[in-house]
Amino acid sequence: MFAVFRDLIRYNIEFAIGLVLVGIMVIFASLSFFSPVDPSMIYMAIPDQPPSPQYWFGTNSRGQELFWQLSAAFKNSLIFGVTVAVLSRIISITVGLAAGYLGGWVDRVLMFINDIFVAVPIFPILVLFYFVLRNNMDSFTMALILACFGWPFDARLIRSVALGLKHREFTRHAVFAGMSTRKVLLEEHLPYVMPIVFSTFMNNMLWSIGMEVTLAVLGFTNINNPTIGTVLYWANSHSAMVVGVWWWIVIPVILIVMTFLGLFLLAVSMNEYIDPRSRLRRMGA
Amino acid sequence: MAEDIVKVEGLKAYYQMNYFGVSREVRAVDGITMTVRKGEVYGIAGESSSGKTSFIKVLAAAIRPPLKVVEGSVKFDFKNGPIDVATATPKQIEAVRWKHLSYIMQGSMSVLNPVRRIGRTFHDFAARPMGLTGKAFEDRVIAHLARLKLPPEVLKAYPHELSGGMRQRVTIGLATVCHPEFIIADEPTTALDVVVQKEVLSLIRDIQKEMNAAVVFVTHDMSVHANVADRVGIIYAGRLVEEGPTRDMFFAPKHPYTAHLVASLPRIGDVKQRPALEGRPPNLADPPQGCRFHPRCPLAVDKCRQEVPPLEQVGPDHRTACWRWQDVKPLVNASAPSGVMA
Amino acid sequence: MTTLLDVRDVSKRFTMGGIFGRKTVDAVMDANFSLSAENPEIFTIIGESGSGKTTLARMILGLEDPSEGEILFRGKKVSRHGGRAEKLAFMSQVQPVFQNPFEAFNPLKKIERYLESTARRFLQTSDKAAIDRAMDEALQKVGLSLKEVRGRFPHEMSGGQLQRCAIARALIPNPPLLIADEPVSMVDASLRMSIVNLLKSLRDDLKVSVIYITHDLATAYYISNRLIIMQRGRIVEMGDARTVLDNPQHPYSKLLKASVLSTDDAGDGKLATDPGMVKAAGDLVGQAGELVAKPDGREVRVYG
Ligand SMILES: Nc1ncnc2c1ncn2[C@@H]1O[C@H](COP(=O)(O)OP(=O)(O)OP(=O)(O)O)[C@@H](O)[C@H]1O
Ligand SMILES: Nc1ncnc2c1ncn2[C@@H]1O[C@H](COP(=O)(O)OP(=O)(O)OP(=O)(O)O)[C@@H](O)[C@H]1O
Ligand code: SF4
Ligand SMILES: [Mg+2]
Ligand SMILES: [Mg+2]
Repeated sequence: MFAVFRDLIRYNIEFAIGLVLVGIMVIFASLSFFSPVDPSMIYMAIPDQPPSPQYWFGTNSRGQELFWQLSAAFKNSLIFGVTVAVLSRIISITVGLAAGYLGGWVDRVLMFINDIFVAVPIFPILVLFYFVLRNNMDSFTMALILACFGWPFDARLIRSVALGLKHREFTRHAVFAGMSTRKVLLEEHLPYVMPIVFSTFMNNMLWSIGMEVTLAVLGFTNINNPTIGTVLYWANSHSAMVVGVWWWIVIPVILIVMTFLGLFLLAVSMNEYIDPRSRLRRMGA
Repeated sequence: MAEDIVKVEGLKAYYQMNYFGVSREVRAVDGITMTVRKGEVYGIAGESSSGKTSFIKVLAAAIRPPLKVVEGSVKFDFKNGPIDVATATPKQIEAVRWKHLSYIMQGSMSVLNPVRRIGRTFHDFAARPMGLTGKAFEDRVIAHLARLKLPPEVLKAYPHELSGGMRQRVTIGLATVCHPEFIIADEPTTALDVVVQKEVLSLIRDIQKEMNAAVVFVTHDMSVHANVADRVGIIYAGRLVEEGPTRDMFFAPKHPYTAHLVASLPRIGDVKQRPALEGRPPNLADPPQGCRFHPRCPLAVDKCRQEVPPLEQVGPDHRTACWRWQDVKPLVNASAPSGVMA
Repeated sequence: MTTLLDVRDVSKRFTMGGIFGRKTVDAVMDANFSLSAENPEIFTIIGESGSGKTTLARMILGLEDPSEGEILFRGKKVSRHGGRAEKLAFMSQVQPVFQNPFEAFNPLKKIERYLESTARRFLQTSDKAAIDRAMDEALQKVGLSLKEVRGRFPHEMSGGQLQRCAIARALIPNPPLLIADEPVSMVDASLRMSIVNLLKSLRDDLKVSVIYITHDLATAYYISNRLIIMQRGRIVEMGDARTVLDNPQHPYSKLLKASVLSTDDAGDGKLATDPGMVKAAGDLVGQAGELVAKPDGREVRVYG
């Protein structure tokens, strides 16, 4: 594992840059565990201070230090994005591999469900949930809901690869070697869909964080829980740009771009590394 | 004797790879010198992964990384002027591709795009080199297909709707529609039944005669070479080990490997136990010293383990790379069933 | 005499295309033959490309259900459906060998993985030593050993070695029947012979019956006891391999034999096939006819 990292850093510039960017963001986010102030409290500092040695990222109109505010927001948003991505990856791998390999009625049923999830518009559903749950709508519940909607496209993609793998001779060979379906799927087929899983992981995080931002900006989430979305919500509701508190918008946006760029570079380079073709060549085939 | 259409000199082409720190070099073509004459069929044989396809890729100017020409030249003498494809620019290669030099790749399915109708594929490949468009182009293609005994409807079909034999004929059609001077075919008949195989082979032969083209034909099936090639070259572990007129190669091979290949062919009416070659093909990333065949060669002596035998002239048109070529005897007389001497 | 495998009036029809323009393909029509349990034999299937050989093999392996007729293995019906235990029991009796040795092993996994799984599953043991012993024994049967194979990836072996590993794996449960679908079409002549000789010794020494599917008439003549010749889904000739190949009687069988390339006149470029023969064989496509027994024991399809 360590050797893999060393090789990737040494031979892949994208990976190195991505690692640095994501590393910075993760450290920044984890600083919130040592935050001297509670990020949900307001008027703990002088409002509307521009970035200065005392307040690195300045303060907002609600009297919060933006540095600690954003640190907590990124921590929550990153955890949220990862949760959604992991959960929905699990669903899409299971559904995609099973549908592709088993075929027949299993495939038809799964793809029918899949199509329903594709067809149902997610946004109204989330708003509906918000109205039903109100303040019980914490970010884990929201992650669960998003995970339930974040898998169908990727499951289809995985299914199409699995369909091809099903007809490869080594699959039949594995079956006649007495391997169970689970073993065939997890050990024979999974390595071939990992590149898809990785690249969609990143897309999925992007999508889920974006979704959260949209909902938050419109006020359909618990606005007292600091996230990237709620930071922007408050900035917007205080007309930050208009009144000249530009750092309230610009700094979060820079950080978001850094995060996504980093994740993107990581996904691309990891992808190349775990792609079976490139793996085979390293092994010397 | 006809003039040469291509002269290959000291060609070395390696797969050079560097994957995250693991660097490897597979010497798939390691010093091949040969020529192909105008209007002949040159057969290339050799076992799996001996470098046949790699050599052919260089000949066909389809050199893509990780394959790299390390040394040597491949000089063609086309009607529109000479060209060295080992060093030519993509633009120069573009100018001869299909019109002068065409390539039937291993596995017909990999040439035909599965989601494109055959007609579209023809258009993509051949319309520009032929300089025809629309109806004129279509008429030419249909006339050409008719010669291959294919109905015009195949142009509207998708590849998977055709049988294996038909697909193979379509790829031959693609490679010959522009009347190239030089045609390269890589295993065009493997996995076809013998009836279709023969049909496809005689087709290639007929077209070649009609257009007086030179053909390089690759397959591991020696009985195919016996029937289509004028000369045969044997590749072993990236090197040409013997080359000669087809008849001599079958009846008087001068290399132990060729003798073995020829003798291992079973035939109907013969139930004698056939010898199989022991050992395994050498690893091209780390080939044996000296003669590369020595670990498996029944005639090997100490000299073979140290010194590389040169490809030397042993008869008219016949060259071999073996220190002990004088001692090579045809193992079993493959051509003569007991008592019937040709 | 008990029968090992009984193929009874088996037909298979595929439907292709969507709701519009549905097309049916009769891949196999009325196939009938049986193998006996006492006399192991190499039973060869030869035929044109697309004549249904692979489809027939898949049905015998229980990967595809016949549209009509039934296949009995030791008196029990072979079916795609059924419980896992039942399937495993069947697989321990009938094992396949695949066409392309390079495709038959997952390139990302070690070769021994397949052997080990087979031993664990079919010998029902999880004792490491017993599994290793079973693997080694099977590999010895094909002229390899566990020491040579252990820890290797498929790309570190030659095609012939891989094909032998595949056969060794199939032999672990001691199956009475192997189904080999074009096991030699992708390998060159010398490897081809080593695998064909291996199949022969499996029959002679280990008493394994083999259904051998091939395009190569010469190896079929060399090793098989009986053979069937298929054209467009129908068996057109069936009987003792040497009797049939020495003197084929059905027009398609004749054409097949005449099309085998010989090395007798190497270099003369003789490739012409008698057009009369091609026509005689082609005209029979699509006609039902019926198989009629001949005095020399073979059956030939006759028409009208
Ligand atoms: N793209 C590639 N990258 C790295 N190595 C390669 C590549 N293609 C082929 N090789 C290696 O080059 C060697 C020669 O392969 P090549 O395909 O030329 O053999 P061949 O004689 O055509 O075999 P076959 O009869 O199986 O087609 C082999 O050892 C193979 O593993
Ligand atoms: N899953 C399928 N769906 C539809 N048609 C099929 C399917 N499998 C096979 N066929 C058709 O059935 C026929 C017989 O195919 P099969 O693969 O059994 O031929 P084969 O004798 O093994 O040929 P080859 O010698 O080329 O391997 C062909 O026409 C083929 O197109
Ligand atoms: S040089 Fe030696 S090892 Fe090589 S083929 Fe000749 S006798 Fe055999
Ligand atoms: Mg090749
Ligand atoms: Mg088949």
